[in-house]
This record gives sequence, C-alpha cells and structure tokens, in this order.
Amino acid sequence: MKHIALVPLFLFLGLAVYFAFGLTRDPSTLQSVLIDKKLPAFALPAFGQSGQVFSSSQLKGRVSLLNVFASWCIACKVEHPVLLKLSQSKRVAIFGLAWKDKPDDLSNWLEELGNPYLMIADDATGRTAIDLGVTGAPETFVIDRSGRIRFKQIGPIDVYIWRETLEPLIARIEAEP
Amino acid sequence: MRRRTGSIICALATLCLVLPAFGVEPDEMLGDRQLEARARALTKNLRCVVCQNQSVDDSDAPLAQDIRVIVRERIAAGESDEQVLDFVVQRYGKFVLLNPPLELETVIIWIGPFVLFLSALGLAAFHIRRDPATVAPATPLTSDEERDIERRIKGGTL
Repeated sequence: MKHIALVPLFLFLGLAVYFAFGLTRDPSTLQSVLIDKKLPAFALPAFGQSGQVFSSSQLKGRVSLLNVFASWCIACKVEHPVLLKLSQSKRVAIFGLAWKDKPDDLSNWLEELGNPYLMIADDATGRTAIDLGVTGAPETFVIDRSGRIRFKQIGPIDVYIWRETLEPLIARIEAEP
Repeated sequence: MRRRTGSIICALATLCLVLPAFGVEPDEMLGDRQLEARARALTKNLRCVVCQNQSVDDSDAPLAQDIRVIVRERIAAGESDEQVLDFVVQRYGKFVLLNPPLELETVIIWIGPFVLFLSALGLAAFHIRRDPATVAPATPLTSDEERDIERRIKGGTL
C-alpha cells in the first residue's frame, strides 16, 4: 500500500498526455464524411461562359482541386495569391465553385485579383455547397482521376499547407495505378 | 400627468410585443402548422456547422438558414423525419445530430457517466470499509482485560 502515494503522480501524467493531445487539436474543423466517396453530382452554369454547364463529371481523368470560394469571403482573398501561383505552375488542375456569390461581385473580384481557375461553377443558391458538405469558405477538395474525393482542406491553402500536405498527397494519388 | 401615464402604458404595451430572437425567419415557415412543428423539432436537433454550439433552429448563419429551408422543402415534399435527417447526416456526418444515437462509437458518452458514478461508489465503499474507525479490532481482548472489565462493571466504576 506504499505505492498509493504514486497514484496522483500517474493520474497527473495520464491527464498531461491526454491534454497534450486533446488541447492542441482544433475541435471545430470537421473532416468531411465524403472522403473516399464519389464527388456528389452537380451541373451548374459555368461562370463567365454563357450557356455552358460545368458538371461534376468534368472533374474526372486527372487529379484536380475544387476550391469553394466567394468574393464575400475574406479568407479567400488571403488564399488567392497562392492559388494564382499554383495555376501558373500548372502543377495541378484548379477548378472553382463560387458559393452564393453575385455575378457582378465575382467578375470584379476575378478582374482585380486574377483568375486561377480553369472553370468556375456558379452555385448561386448554395445548394451544391451543401451537397458537398461545405461548412465555410474557403474549402478545397482534392479529387482523384476516378472522380472521388480524397481530401478536404478546410480554410485557406497557404504555402506551408501546399508543400507539406497537398503536394505530397497529389503526388501519391497520381502515382496510383 | 395623463399624457405621461398614457406613454408609459404605450411603452409597456410595446414591450409585450417583443419576442426573444429566433433564428427562424417568418418567411421560412411552412403554412401547415403540423409540418412546421415537425420542421422546428428537427432543426432543433441539428447542429449549425458554422457556429457549432447553436442549433440550426437558433442560428442566424446563412448556412443554417439554407438548411432550415431545405428541411422544410423536404418535409413539405412528404419525406419522413428520418429521411430528412439522413439527408443532412450524409453530407455533414453524425456530428450534426445534437442528440447522438446510441451506437458503438457513441457508447462512451451514453454509459460513461454511469460507469464513472458506479466506480466512484465502489471506491468510496472500499475506503469506508477499510477505515479503522468502522472496522472491529483485529486482536480479541486478553483474559486479563476481560476480567478487568467484568470487575469494573460489577463495581460500578465503568
């Protein structure tokens, strides 16, 4: 029964380890339940290309990013230069989904800051964003060749996230048979 | 004086019109009262994914508003409560259910408190029984001590 004096010490160590992990994680970022599932089907007007449709089936055949953004979203403005650089490097195909944006605001935004997107789906009602389980902008889906969602980046992509997370992941997916 | 009383009554009457702020806007509501009540009950059990400790029913976030509208559309189209909840869960996961179902992965939050309570009771019982004040002495009295006690009882000195 001498060992009972050690109980508080072990309790403390147990709690310390628990909190070291628990308190450094952000509980508000919800990883998507759609990971490894097929990208939900959508067919939306392609922004700036009158009469054309941007459908989910166009995101097949290559690894691509689908970036959910809006001109009203401040974090998207922070992310924008990174996307622009990525699109210039042509490392990966970048598509956009404009979430509940007004056409005028959106075209001003693209004109002012540049357009990193190969194509933009105009989700004016926000219904497609809900189908995709979007919780806020920006969010970026990594979609593989077969059109499955492999990863979702919540919040702006910065240089660090690109280098440490997204690029290795894309390289890995591209290397798959 | 008359005018003053009038304005006070007026002010109080206006206060009666003040309602607590709800997320639900009047134009979102369904005409049918029963359907509207079902929609309210469902959205009260859905977590707003923007402001996570509010329900979709309470929240003013645009995304919560969109989900309220979708829930009402689906109810009006004749879907069951489960079908409507499934629609949201398929997109946002079970985390959005404020009243999580009892399943293997949620079992700890359902039975955890009872397990803790019972083990605390067990621990308390263990320690109370071990307390020397509540336990009989381990060694019986010697015959000398017994005789001494008997003598004292008889002699009335105890």
